[in-house]
Amino acid sequence: MGYYILKRLLAMIPTLIGVAVLIFILLRVVPGDVVEARYLTQGSQFQSQDLMDIERKKLGLDQPLWKQFTTWMTGLARLDFGLSMWTGAPITEEIKLRFALSLQLAIMASLLAQLLAIPLGILAAVKQDTWVDYAVRVFSIAGLATPSFWLGIVMILTMLIVFKWVPPMVFTPLWVNPWENLAQLIWPALAVGYRYSAVGTRMMRSAMLEVLREDYIRTARAKGLWLKLILVRHALKNAILPVLTVMSLEFAFLLGGLVVTEQVFNLNGLGMLFVEAISRRDYTLTQALVMLVATFFLIVNFVVDIAYAWLDPRIRYR
Amino acid sequence: MKRLAGLLALAAGALLTLSAQAQTPRSGGELVFPVPSEPPSYDGHREETFGLIHPIAPFYNTLLRVDPNDPGGTKPYPSIAESWTVSQDGKTYTFKLRRGVKFHDGSDLTSKDVKASYDKIIFPPPGVGSTRKGQYAVVEKIEAPDPATVVFRLKQSSGSFLVGLASPWNFIYKADILAKDPHWYEKNIMGSGPFTFVEHVKGSHVVGKKNPNYWDKGKPYLDGFRAIFMRESAAQVAAVRGERAHIQFRGFTPKDRDNLKAALGDKITVQESPWDCILMVGINHEKKPFDDKRVRRALSLALDRHGASTALSQIAIVKAVAGVQVPGTPFATPPEELNKLAGYWTDAEKSRAEAKRLLREAGVPDGFQFTFTNRGIPMPYEPLGVWMIDQWRRIGLNVQQQVIEPAAYFGVIRKGDSQVHMDFQCGYIVEPDLDMYKFLSSDRNPANYGRYKDPVLDALYDKQSGETNVEKRKQLIRQFEKRLLDEEAHYLMTLQWHRIIPHSAKVKGWTITPSHYLNNTLDTVWLAE
Repeated sequence: MGYYILKRLLAMIPTLIGVAVLIFILLRVVPGDVVEARYLTQGSQFQSQDLMDIERKKLGLDQPLWKQFTTWMTGLARLDFGLSMWTGAPITEEIKLRFALSLQLAIMASLLAQLLAIPLGILAAVKQDTWVDYAVRVFSIAGLATPSFWLGIVMILTMLIVFKWVPPMVFTPLWVNPWENLAQLIWPALAVGYRYSAVGTRMMRSAMLEVLREDYIRTARAKGLWLKLILVRHALKNAILPVLTVMSLEFAFLLGGLVVTEQVFNLNGLGMLFVEAISRRDYTLTQALVMLVATFFLIVNFVVDIAYAWLDPRIRYR
Repeated sequence: MKRLAGLLALAAGALLTLSAQAQTPRSGGELVFPVPSEPPSYDGHREETFGLIHPIAPFYNTLLRVDPNDPGGTKPYPSIAESWTVSQDGKTYTFKLRRGVKFHDGSDLTSKDVKASYDKIIFPPPGVGSTRKGQYAVVEKIEAPDPATVVFRLKQSSGSFLVGLASPWNFIYKADILAKDPHWYEKNIMGSGPFTFVEHVKGSHVVGKKNPNYWDKGKPYLDGFRAIFMRESAAQVAAVRGERAHIQFRGFTPKDRDNLKAALGDKITVQESPWDCILMVGINHEKKPFDDKRVRRALSLALDRHGASTALSQIAIVKAVAGVQVPGTPFATPPEELNKLAGYWTDAEKSRAEAKRLLREAGVPDGFQFTFTNRGIPMPYEPLGVWMIDQWRRIGLNVQQQVIEPAAYFGVIRKGDSQVHMDFQCGYIVEPDLDMYKFLSSDRNPANYGRYKDPVLDALYDKQSGETNVEKRKQLIRQFEKRLLDEEAHYLMTLQWHRIIPHSAKVKGWTITPSHYLNNTLDTVWLAE
C-alpha cells in the first residue's frame, strides 16, 4: 500500500507539468494581453504606446515565450506563484482572500448534497416503484434540470419581493460572525447543494438497488435481520462506493467552478477570480488558479482511491 | 426644439438639485454603494477605470474640480486652489492655494505637492506611466514660487486648459513620497480628501471614514462610506431594491429604473442625464470600398437616428441624437443645425434614397457584403449593433456581424483587420478638446482606428483648441463636426448614452452630471432620516 501511495504521488508530477504546459500555451494563443485589457478598454481618448511598452516590460511580456515559461516553472517548483499581472499583488494573497469563502461554500453544498442524496437514494431504492420512489425521482430530476444559478436568482427575487430582504453583500468569516456568515452562504449552498444532491440521489438509488438484489442481502433478510440493520451494516457500505467517487469529484469542481452562482450572489470566491483573471488576460493568476484546481482534483481523486481500499477490504493496491 | 428639450432636461436636473440643496444637510450615516469594477491599482494618474474613481476619489483632492451643483458638469470650481488668474496672452495660469489643507498624515499640502503631482502627470519620470499625459501637451513648465502659489506656463493659449485641471483623475499626492518612490501611490492611499482610508478587501469592498480635519469645515456630512464591488447588474439592482445599498454611481438600464420605481415608489429618486459616452462606427479607410467617402456617407445616411432615439431609449442606455458634443452642453450643436448634416435628416426615406444613390455612384453593387465587428458587451453594443445592421440592410447592404470578446477587441481593431467596427469613447469631462481628440489623424492619435489622415480636420482641431473666445470656438467646432460627420464621414455617431441613476430618496446633495467620473468625492452628500 505504501508503495502504491508513493507511485500515485509521483505520477501526479508529470500530470501537473502537462497541465502547466497546456495552460501556458493556451493563454498565449488567445488574442489580447493584460496591457491591452487595462489601457484599451475604457474608451480613453489618449492612448500612449510608451505607457503600454513600459507596462509590458515591467511584466516581462517583452521576453521570449520560452523565457517566460522557464521563469514561471522555476517559480512554480519553489511554490512561488509570482505576482498578479493585473494588481501586482502576490498571487497567494489574491487566492487566500477568496479561498475561505469558496472552501466553505463547497463544504456546505457538499454536506447538504449528501444529507439529501444518501437518505433519499436509499428510501427510493427500498420503496422502489411506489409513490415515494416516484416523488424522489421527480425531485432529483428537477434538481438535474434546474441550473443552480437560476435557482439562486429565483431565491433572491423571492426573498426580495416577499420578505423585502436580501442576503448580506460582504463576506464575514464564520468565526467572526456566524449569523452574518450563514445568512450570506446558506442560499448559494442550498442552490448548489440541491443540484448536486440530484446526481448523488440517482447514483445512490441505482447502486442500492443493485446491492439489494445480491444473495447475501437475501440471506440476511431470510435470517430475519432488521431492515435498518441490513441497509446500514451491509448494503450501504457496498453501495456507497460509486456515490463517493461522484460526489468527491463534484466537491473538487465546486472549489473553482461556481462562476455564475458567485456572480448571482455576489460572492468574492475563486470562481469569480478565475473568470476575471481570464477576461483580463492575467496570465500568472490564471496559470496559478488552473494549477491549484488541477492539484486539488488529483488529490481528491487520490484520497477517494485510498478511501476505496479502506471501505472495501477486497481492494488491495500494489 | 431638441436643443430646448436638452436644456430643459438639464434645467430640471438643476431644479431637483436646488430643491434638495434647500434642505439642511444632516450629518451622520454611512453611504453604501456598489461598484461594478475594481481598480487594479490606486494611482489615478495611471488608471482609466471608473472602478478607481468611485471608491478612491473620496480620499483625494484635486487642484480644481467641476462645480458639484452643475448638472452640465463643465464649470471649473475651486478645490485646493481657491482662486486663479490668467495672463492676457492666455499662456500663464496662476493659482492661489488654500491655507490649512492637510494630508491625512497631518502634513501641510503646499504648492510643492501640486507641482510634484502635475510633474508626474505631465512629465513622468522614466518607468512611470501617465495615461493622460497627452492631454497636457500644451504645458511648458510648472512653477511653485511660494507655498501657496502654483504657476502653469503654456506653450500657447488653450480654451480647455482650465477645465482639464478639473480632471477627477489628477489626485494631489505628497511631493516627499513621490520623490522617494514615484510608484508608492499605486499600492497605497494617502490624500487630503474628505475621507480617510480604512480598508480595502480585494474583491469585496473599500471603506472610508470621515476626515475630521478636512479643510472644508462642516464637511463631509457622512460618517463614512462603503464601496462594494459587484460585477453583476442584477445583484446591484437587488442591493438597491433591498435597501442594502443607497446608490450606484455608474447607471442602470431603463428597465431597472422602472422596476425600482414600481417596487419602491417614493423611496426611490431617479436622476437622469445625457451621458458623455457614445458608441460610434469606425470605418477602416484602408479597406475598399470604404476608402470612398460616398460609401461612408451612405452608411451614415442609412441610419435613422431620430427613430432609433425613440425606440432604443426604452430598452437601452441610449437616447439623444448627438454630434461631437453631449447635447445640451455649452459647445453642442443646436438640433436645427445638426439635422442638416448627412445622417441627421429627419426624413428617413429621403435619407435612405440618397444613401442608395451614393452607393450606385460609387459602384457598390446591391447586396454588397461586409463584416461589422462588434464588441461582446450586451449593453448597449448589442441593441445598437442589431439596429445598424437592420438599417444597412434597408439600403441593400448585406452585413454580417462578428462579435469579439472585450479583452481581445481593441487589439484586433488596432491591427486594422476589420472593415467596419464599433468604437466607443467615454469622457470624464464634457470638453471638445477631449471629445474630439480621438478623430485626429491616425499618425497623431493611435486611438483613431479609422486609419485615416486628414490634415484639414487636424488643423480645425488645433485652431479650436487654441481659441479662447467661446463663440469663435463654437464655429470652429461646427466646422470640425461637419467635416468629420458629413463631408468625409470618417466616423459615424450612433446615439448618446443616457445615464439613469435611481437611488435611495435618503441620498441628498449629489447631482448627476454627464460623466460618471465626476462628483464622486462625496463631500456634499448626506443622508436624510
